[in-house]
Amino acid sequence: MAIVALVEDSDGKIKKSSIEAVVYAAALAKQISEDEVVALALGNQVSSEELEGLGKFGANRVLHANDERLNQGVIQAYASVVDQAMNETGANVLILAKSSLGDPVASRVAIKQQAALGANVVELPDLSDGFVVKSSIYTGKAFAHTKLDRDKKIIALRKNAITPEEGEGKATVEAFNPSLSDADFGATITNTEKSEGDILLPEADIVVSGGRGLKGSENWGMIEELADTLGAATGCSKPVSDIGWRPHHEHVGQTGVKVSPSLYVAVGISGAIQHLAGVNSSKYILVVNQDAEAPFFKAADYGVVGDAFEIVPQLTEKIKASQN
Amino acid sequence: MKILVCITHVPDTTSKISFTENNTKFDTTGVQYIIGPYDDYSLARAIELKEQHGGSVTVVNVGEAETEPTIRKALAIGADDAIRINAHPSDSFFVAQQIASVVKEGGYDLVLMGRESIDYNGGQVHGMVGELVNMPSISPVMQLDIEGDTAKLSREIEGGKEQLEVKLPFIAGCQEPIAEWKIPNMRGIMMARKKPLDVRDPADNEQMTDTVRYELPPPKGEVKMFSADELDALVQALKNEANVL
Ligand SMILES: Cc1cc2nc3c(=O)[nH]c(=O)nc-3n(C[C@H](O)[C@H](O)[C@H](O)COP(=O)(O)OP(=O)(O)OC[C@H]3O[C@@H](n4cnc5c(N)ncnc54)[C@H](O)[C@@H]3O)c2cc1C
Repeated sequence: MAIVALVEDSDGKIKKSSIEAVVYAAALAKQISEDEVVALALGNQVSSEELEGLGKFGANRVLHANDERLNQGVIQAYASVVDQAMNETGANVLILAKSSLGDPVASRVAIKQQAALGANVVELPDLSDGFVVKSSIYTGKAFAHTKLDRDKKIIALRKNAITPEEGEGKATVEAFNPSLSDADFGATITNTEKSEGDILLPEADIVVSGGRGLKGSENWGMIEELADTLGAATGCSKPVSDIGWRPHHEHVGQTGVKVSPSLYVAVGISGAIQHLAGVNSSKYILVVNQDAEAPFFKAADYGVVGDAFEIVPQLTEKIKASQN
Repeated sequence: MKILVCITHVPDTTSKISFTENNTKFDTTGVQYIIGPYDDYSLARAIELKEQHGGSVTVVNVGEAETEPTIRKALAIGADDAIRINAHPSDSFFVAQQIASVVKEGGYDLVLMGRESIDYNGGQVHGMVGELVNMPSISPVMQLDIEGDTAKLSREIEGGKEQLEVKLPFIAGCQEPIAEWKIPNMRGIMMARKKPLDVRDPADNEQMTDTVRYELPPPKGEVKMFSADELDALVQALKNEANVL
């Protein structure tokens, strides 16, 4: 028997959220005295060396479905491969990252495997009375403790819920050849547009976001410079993406991307409840706003009242200086 | 074209969340209920597609009698008829089974729902229904157009988007900017009263999970304020206290 962790890559590099899934699988394996942690990788863009490296995070074995058709995340095809890998390894548990692919794949596999699914899970399960997972609900405003009532279980892990530590070890990589039919590719991906070289917003450890207080897209340079200095991803409030100052996939909040970084920096954002809903699981929040009454200060750990156009460039310089 | 739109009945986005009975029950005191915001987007797009291609829009909700005002609102926005499966939506699997049985019977060309509900944020129902009725499921969908028997759509991925094509019928979990929300007008509200709302018993009662209790996050500590000329101290705090630099 085994625990399977699905790993997603972005242009051949394993995503941080998937490394977290492997680490979680390894920790759970210890907890339930399971000895095999199998990482499952799909597509032909990820190298064997990259996959062997998963050993450092607790995987013993890596199954690699090295098939070009799986370079793009076709939901049904992915679900079919994951299902076959669970059967092949006799796995009772599947761990994956909650993501644009993880969610739809998990739910299809749950039906195939008749597995109980815990979504948006934030820590290791409590095994004192059944198998109970803690999930973030009401867009971060509460948690649910949910018993997974089936022998088979699937856990979709919220990003940044656990901190991966690198150990020693190398995993053995084995080819995995699932059978795939045309029906698995019922949907065809015709084009993919990705922002180049950026740190993925939902996975970022630091996020710098700007709101309507920045007054126009031409003023985003200072946000980007602060983000570059911090090694951060950039985000924005909803009106900013609605007006078109920034692309839609940067919009953070209830109806946008949910982030859970170590540090969230909000510049010129009022802190409406729908925006807070996407950031309230950040470890630390720094708010820069000229209005001392802005609601965001109530949710913040650190705050500066002042004009963003004055504060942000100075802050960037001071952080740069502190890095030398 | 026959379109089914699945709607949730959820607390308004600004609701204060609290629990009663030793943290085992959601406290509904003073809570306003709305159509799930993502479901609202799917409904709006369904009505636009009906305007372009003809056909009908049916809404379905799994919920007890108290969800009827929410269903009537969907009818007022422009759905033609509604189905309420008379049961408490106890987990995603249970809800997916109910919707799947409606889909199987109804001969729908398209099933739209929100990418996730805003109470449990599971994002599971579309995929489960897709698997139960053996149709492609695609989520989160930001754009959806139909040409003949083919849909062209785009889906959000981390740091970008993906364009796809799929043959009807299929299931989509939607999000903005797929359409502009529609607001019911007086005529819609009047007409909604007369539109058919079919109440059915649940098809099956199985569930796979059981939520045993709830918890609120610990209260936030006080914010530490820095003035514009104390930015050095702020950088020190970020570095040495929060350990984030
Ligand atoms: C159902 C629903 C869902 C929603 N989902 C989201 C969501 O997911 N994400 C989201 O962000 N919003 C969402 N909203 C919108 C939300 O309610 C707010 O309207 C939005 O977050 C406000 O954005 P903002 O703070 O950038 O703009 P504003 O409210 O205009 O605030 C701008 C802020 O900038 C400050 N400011 C102005 N000039 C300066 C300056 N020079 N220096 C420093 N500060 C300055 C002002 O003091 C003000 O606080 C949603 C709304 C609804 C109804």
